Amino acid sequence: MMPELGKYAATVLSAYGISLVLLAGLIAFSLWRSVRVRRALAEQEARMQRHD
Amino acid sequence: MSIWEYANPKRFMQTSGALLPWVSIAAVILTVAGLVWGFFFTPDDYRQGSTVKIIYLHVPSAMMAINIWIMMLVTSIIWLVRRHHVSALAAKAAAPIGLTMTLIALVTGAFWGQPMWGTWWAWDPRLTAFLILFLFYLGYIALWEAIESPDGAADLTSILCIVGSVFALLSRYAVLFWNQGLHQGASLSMDKREHVADVFWLPLLVSIAGFVLGFVALMLLRTRTEIRSRRLRALEARERMS
Repeated sequence: MMPELGKYAATVLSAYGISLVLLAGLIAFSLWRSVRVRRALAEQEARMQRHD
Repeated sequence: MSIWEYANPKRFMQTSGALLPWVSIAAVILTVAGLVWGFFFTPDDYRQGSTVKIIYLHVPSAMMAINIWIMMLVTSIIWLVRRHHVSALAAKAAAPIGLTMTLIALVTGAFWGQPMWGTWWAWDPRLTAFLILFLFYLGYIALWEAIESPDGAADLTSILCIVGSVFALLSRYAVLFWNQGLHQGASLSMDKREHVADVFWLPLLVSIAGFVLGFVALMLLRTRTEIRSRRLRALEARERMS
């Protein structure tokens, strides 16, 4: 299944590896922050509703 | 219906909430399809060997790095002219995506350049313009974090964005008017002599479509987060005052 990359195998695999890690990190951080902010906003709105 | 209706945060949240799952699914399918097709099912180039497979990451990320800054420029100008908060927040949301794309373009370019040019880096016009664009992305993000007033931060970052646009355009067109660089011209061109061969071009096109939709999905997600974060800060301020 793995293509024959020849003498450039390390170069190609490193480029893909680093890029995919960077993309995964960006997606994970964006999702994590989205969940965190949404939860904090829901808690804040609930707290203010109780006080009204 | 006018496009300016989406400047209303509530309207933006409704529409983006409906779009986000579909855009995300399409982005994942196209990106995976483009990269798998390019990596596993395309031949080596007769001169570049297997390093040609880096094209499926390098070209889409480089295109996105420039185009995201141009998108930020448009939304920044909308902010400065019409004071729509969603447009300023969209620019803020897009910047880390652009930063990541620029970094991927620089890293994959270095990995590709080492075996082909014999060096990881050269002070070539396009490479240098890209490095400066990367620094502008860093500065733009830092400026948003450094200024407490959201409107003040939006104003100053918009001006920085306009200045940085010179380097975004330079990184796209530098190869056309500076001849001393190592970097070749456009990989995708209407001119058949410059164009990459179809066997590489088709998966590249799929990969580019995936990166574009991936950006749209992430930008929508991150703008929604920024809108919620702004509302959260407003509610916290109201609670402190009462």
